[in-house]
Amino acid sequence: MQDPVAYSDGLVGRVEMKETTCYMCACRCGIRVHLRDGEVRYIDGNPKHPLNKGVICAKGSSGIMKQYSPARITQPLRRKKNAERGTSEFEVISWEEAFSLLTERLAKLRAEDPKKFALFTGRDQMQALTGMFAKQFGTPNYAAHGGFCSVNMAAGLIYTIGGSFWEFGGPDLERAKLFVMIGTAEDHHSNPLKIDLAAFKRRGGRFISVNPIRTGYSAIADEWVPIKPGTDGALLLAITHEIIKLGLYDREFLTQYTNAAELVIDDPERADHGLFYRAEMHVEEGCFDPQNKLWWDRELNIAISTHTPGVDPRLMGNYVLEDGTPVKPSFQLLKERVEQYTPEWASPITGIPAETIRRLAHEMGVTARDQKIELPIPWTDCWDNEHNSVTGNPVAFHAMRGMAAHSNGFQTIRALGVLMTILGTIDRPGGFRHKAPYPRPIPPCPKPPNGPEAVQPNTPLDGMPLGWPSKPEDLFVDGEGEAIRIDKAFSWEYPLSVHGLMHNVITNAWRGDPYPIDTLLLFMANMAWNSSMNTGEIRKMLVDKHPDGEYKIPFIVVCDAFSSETVAFADLVLPDTTYLERHDALSMLDRPISEYDGPVDAVRVPVLKPKGECKPFQDVLVELGSRLQLPAFTNADGSRKYRDYPDLIVNYETSPGSGIGFLAGWRGKSGDQFLKGEPNPRQWEMYVQNNCVFHYELPHSYQYMRNWNKGYLHWARAHGMVRYAEPITLHLYSEVLQKFRLAAEGKRPGRQPPERLRERVATYFDPLPFFYDPLEAQVTDLRRYPLNALTQRPMAMYHSWDSQNAWLRQIHSHNYLFVNPGVGLANGFGDGDWIWVESPHGRVRCMCRFSEAVEPGTVWTWNAIGKAAGAWGLGPNADESRKGFLLNHTITEELPPSAAGAHLSNSDPVTGQAAWFDVRVRVYKAADGEEAVTSPQFAPMPRLPGQEKQRGQWQAFVAGLFGKKS
Amino acid sequence: MHPTFSVIFLTTLIGAGQGLFLAMVTGQLYAIARFLPAQTDQFYAIGSLVALVLLVTGLLASFFHLGHPERAWRAATKWRTSWLSREVIVLPIVMFLVFAYGAAHWLGLTMPLFRVGESLQVDATLLLGLFGTIASFALFVCTAMIYGGVRFIQEWHTPLTVTNFLFLGAASGFMLAAAYSAYISNPLVTFFGTWAVILTLTGLASRSAHLVRNAQMKYKSTVQTAIGVRHTVIAQKAQGATGGSFNTREFFHGQKQTTIETVRLLFMVLVFPIPILLIGAAYITSSPTLPILAFVIQYVGLMAERWSFFAEAKHPQNLYYQSVA
Amino acid sequence: MTQLALVIDLNVCVGCHACVTSCKEWNTSGWAGPLADQNPYDGSPTGTFFNRVQTFEVGKFPRTETVHFPKSCLHCEEPPCVPVCPTGASYKRPDNGIVLVDYDKCIGCKYCSWACPYGARELDELQQVMKKCTLCIDRITDAKLSDRDRKPSCVLACPASARLFGDVHDPDSEVSIAIRERGGYQLMPEWSTKPSNHYLPRRKTVMHIGQDELTRVDNPLRKEDLTTYTGEETLDDVAW
Repeated sequence: MQDPVAYSDGLVGRVEMKETTCYMCACRCGIRVHLRDGEVRYIDGNPKHPLNKGVICAKGSSGIMKQYSPARITQPLRRKKNAERGTSEFEVISWEEAFSLLTERLAKLRAEDPKKFALFTGRDQMQALTGMFAKQFGTPNYAAHGGFCSVNMAAGLIYTIGGSFWEFGGPDLERAKLFVMIGTAEDHHSNPLKIDLAAFKRRGGRFISVNPIRTGYSAIADEWVPIKPGTDGALLLAITHEIIKLGLYDREFLTQYTNAAELVIDDPERADHGLFYRAEMHVEEGCFDPQNKLWWDRELNIAISTHTPGVDPRLMGNYVLEDGTPVKPSFQLLKERVEQYTPEWASPITGIPAETIRRLAHEMGVTARDQKIELPIPWTDCWDNEHNSVTGNPVAFHAMRGMAAHSNGFQTIRALGVLMTILGTIDRPGGFRHKAPYPRPIPPCPKPPNGPEAVQPNTPLDGMPLGWPSKPEDLFVDGEGEAIRIDKAFSWEYPLSVHGLMHNVITNAWRGDPYPIDTLLLFMANMAWNSSMNTGEIRKMLVDKHPDGEYKIPFIVVCDAFSSETVAFADLVLPDTTYLERHDALSMLDRPISEYDGPVDAVRVPVLKPKGECKPFQDVLVELGSRLQLPAFTNADGSRKYRDYPDLIVNYETSPGSGIGFLAGWRGKSGDQFLKGEPNPRQWEMYVQNNCVFHYELPHSYQYMRNWNKGYLHWARAHGMVRYAEPITLHLYSEVLQKFRLAAEGKRPGRQPPERLRERVATYFDPLPFFYDPLEAQVTDLRRYPLNALTQRPMAMYHSWDSQNAWLRQIHSHNYLFVNPGVGLANGFGDGDWIWVESPHGRVRCMCRFSEAVEPGTVWTWNAIGKAAGAWGLGPNADESRKGFLLNHTITEELPPSAAGAHLSNSDPVTGQAAWFDVRVRVYKAADGEEAVTSPQFAPMPRLPGQEKQRGQWQAFVAGLFGKKS
Repeated sequence: MHPTFSVIFLTTLIGAGQGLFLAMVTGQLYAIARFLPAQTDQFYAIGSLVALVLLVTGLLASFFHLGHPERAWRAATKWRTSWLSREVIVLPIVMFLVFAYGAAHWLGLTMPLFRVGESLQVDATLLLGLFGTIASFALFVCTAMIYGGVRFIQEWHTPLTVTNFLFLGAASGFMLAAAYSAYISNPLVTFFGTWAVILTLTGLASRSAHLVRNAQMKYKSTVQTAIGVRHTVIAQKAQGATGGSFNTREFFHGQKQTTIETVRLLFMVLVFPIPILLIGAAYITSSPTLPILAFVIQYVGLMAERWSFFAEAKHPQNLYYQSVA
Repeated sequence: MTQLALVIDLNVCVGCHACVTSCKEWNTSGWAGPLADQNPYDGSPTGTFFNRVQTFEVGKFPRTETVHFPKSCLHCEEPPCVPVCPTGASYKRPDNGIVLVDYDKCIGCKYCSWACPYGARELDELQQVMKKCTLCIDRITDAKLSDRDRKPSCVLACPASARLFGDVHDPDSEVSIAIRERGGYQLMPEWSTKPSNHYLPRRKTVMHIGQDELTRVDNPLRKEDLTTYTGEETLDDVAW
């Protein structure tokens, strides 16, 4: 063998390196792709990238195997005539055939009723384009996967602090002293969180994890606080109780920057009960929260305009205004609310000892109070007060789906937002920090359409398909108050469903409720498997027919790079590219990868040629938009406006001359402008020359307190990021929610919910956070189904589609149900036994693994490791289908019929967030004679035309040789 | 450890081959000392041939254990440190000496070369037999030390591994010599049979001592030292691969505990009491078939013994491969 | 003499497997490759990896610790796998202490794997030679790479920077300082193999709050002196 010291990669073949952006998950790290003789030899993190700073995760390092996966679809496919849907009997067609077929069908729908076309995408980081396409088409039936992912986290915090975790903001671990992570598994913000967490721990920061399960990040916590699923709200409210009781809140922060001191009308008889008392003064109309509110002056004992210089307002007490209106500061209402939520009350609910809850409150409160950070950064607030320094309270939080994926998640996350606020940690060093374009007004300005007239033939939708309702008039309902969207988003059933309800689309379309649709286009969404609740039934709905033989969902188009389970149910399959084969813009119009210190966006550029006939979905949309002559894709003379996606990215402006386009960097004719500026024909090249990333670092004085930072807000407005430079006061008390409640109570003039939903809306639209049992737990026999069942994605598979990946699947080829040993003992089975997990809705057979790292009331498994036989390019005997399982079969997408409706989604009643984690189960041993395979099983999915034959027994990848051999 | 049949065949076949050769030489020495009637050269030659066949078959079996048998010659290079290398050197020497010993008998090279003392006429066969005996003992040591020298496998790391290999190999060889004698109706059945019984009983003592020792084994490594965490309760959940790895295939037998116990019981019966009883019965009945049966049964028993030898050995690396999830 | 090694910080390892696949990726196309996979798309997929991340649970609920434990060749100072190799295929480099296998000399007898108490060696079942961590010797010695890149792939990949790399014989190296100051330890010290790789233990940060630290004189509750008098009778009205 050659001496390794004398060996160099360059001696073996022609090597080159290209920079682009990863897409093995939604984290979007900068990568360097090293090629040898044109084949990918090595993918490593780009050290010059602000997000991942050179590191890369298990998925990113396995990108090569995604490229060579035999699961790749390489040709457009059409279901064979007379072949049954779901049997994967396809014929290869040309792209021209595919486009003309689609154009003809969609043009007809657009001319008749654009609602009959529904576009739903699994990925939510292309919404700038996919949303634009839907709007241009004129259909409201569009959303990404947020509704079944973490919309509660987005909505709960954005409606409270004007920002949220993940792409919107996060914990400032560089300066925090105490970090509390709640309900976060291995995910949501993958590499940056790992980088920061490690550095935080090395600096001696204290890390507390609240989670029913101790894996991943929680493993390295200084303290693990096991909690019963769905009870985080009780914990947070009890902590808030203790903090208020001891006076550990940041009074100055509350009075100046939140609505804590603002006076709320307190007269249940009045129509404006629970709204802020608004003084009569001129306010500019806008989607911001006008400042015409009152404080109660401590010194003068009178009501006075908020932020009157020199005034110290009351936070507590009740007062009567000169006109006789009884009022209370909203903090008083919060104090009254949490009085009942003692640690002793929360203890049996959460399973956490009362003394632990109290100690957590003390740790948070005392750290926030006594370890104040002061940075010598002068800044000016919106009321023209000059500050010589930026201060912060070093208690940081991070939370994700563990809190969000419950039907009480919105109010729970509101409780978290309130706790973070009373500790004084919002956009301050050591606490929570926003990421551009956040903070945005509470709620942000874009609104959904608000009536059926918004949908017109051959006309773009009047409004954004997705938006942020601030009052009942913003709901997208008809005259009866019923839903207009196929997923019933923005209806009274789920008024603040800001990410839509993708998880109910198939059921609703199948039932024809509120109406049948014609064509369903799914992009990168595995709705026939792990992305649907009630998977088995959904698969039946996808192939269900009317008595006349017509499918209930007449035409299904699936665009995917891999032979997912859903592809089998397509009538038309469009082969997508991998991330190494295409252009992408990770745009400021969407969810960019901004840092705390300023806006960041990035691009992907192709490193390899597309495999076979694969075509990037973005190019498909541009082509379709052009063929359908959608206005944004068409010149005034009817000719095609954009050659392809890269052309669109460079030249598109949100409106003519707006200077705002997909990419924020290197704008202007010569590329010397940023955020706003004329299109730059050389923008792609400039990104490529700059590591494929644009990072604008704000001046230090604009980096903190941005909700109220005059300099920042004016800068943001000047650069097209916000419409108003008004302060974004934190909504400790949510007047928005109260408006919906007043409507439900029949007190508020204007739109009212249908009768059946009045009580539901009145209950859950509480302007102050409260705790309630998840909806499913309220209607389940908990003696029969005592256990909570959870899922999480393992880090090596998080956010990815990689059971087709030869390396990653070796780490997780199948999954087990993790149970506390006590659960096994109580139910008569042992470690490794085959067991049944049964909910009121279904059951699965699987193997169990005893674990001391899960609280005894919870069982859990790694999600989406189980696959349907034959899918994802795997052999029919693959572990994924024989030993792997999906918990989704036990989870329902709809609640049992009730007075509020026969088909309410199993979701949060405020946001429509899928309540995955509400399911209750029991477990028992499989009978002795039962087959040692997981159940249910499905008929193996055959290989598709154009899909590579099953690989042999061996695979030995060597870049530069591998492709030549095969 | 995972018992592989190539190694089971290798060790049992060459053990029997060496034992048979030792039996031939022993027989010749006794004949020289006139304790036994002299045998024909053909007797020794054929006996040696059988021994050689066993050694060659064992060697061939061993090739199945190698990933690259064509490079096996390289294995002779590290004899200073590797018992495996030493075995690779000694085995051909033994084979050569066994061949030469047989050939010398076949060719009748029995003219005395020199004389020791008054009565001992030293001829080529005796010299080769002597060297062959030394080499055979060396080979027993080398083979056994391949296992006994692995200090991490505590079940093996004991002189008893050497004595087991030696006595059990020799016993099976003498048993084969008895069977050979019975087959050709040679009067040496009793002689070889008696030695076989003595060696089998010695082997029983050695192997029993080994079993008793291993039953009381205190392992040096624990999961605590394996990962360096001090706690009484540590359990592995995941080993980083769910579809198995070299580490799960090479170091685990994958059998139920009941199978292990059954095999242990089986070899304790097949190797020791049954052949002894059969030889005893052969004394009484002068049956020509019973010694053959005794050898066959003992050999089968020895394969079970060797299987058990592997299966009962616990490698410390297994501490890292306890659970999949 | 230089002894290159890894120091793995269990205090920050979150078990993400980044080191596992970055290693596989670099090495399968590198000097030590390929790293073959068997049944890559079918039942019981298995393959050669130089590095694995395992998970252990320590203690009983609720006082459970979950320990993620990366494991690769420890490049022992007294490598027991080397002397047992009959062909000399396994060797320890004198210049940097890395233990390597020369595939051209390896006969695939697996004996070295028996002589490793850590299970650090894996037979490549396609090539039938023993393979193991090389500390990416073809990276760390490649003068064409930048200084930053001349580190093992796993070290560069690790998002938690839980893997330190350097010369454990140099007392001033980052790894030696980490071992010295943060309680670095060796695996299975009972075998005197003197592993060069070390592990850093978990460390806990705890907070102590004295009872009298809970409230301070400037407690904001004092600003809400909320007693109000609405005319009801008091002692002041009736007592003398």
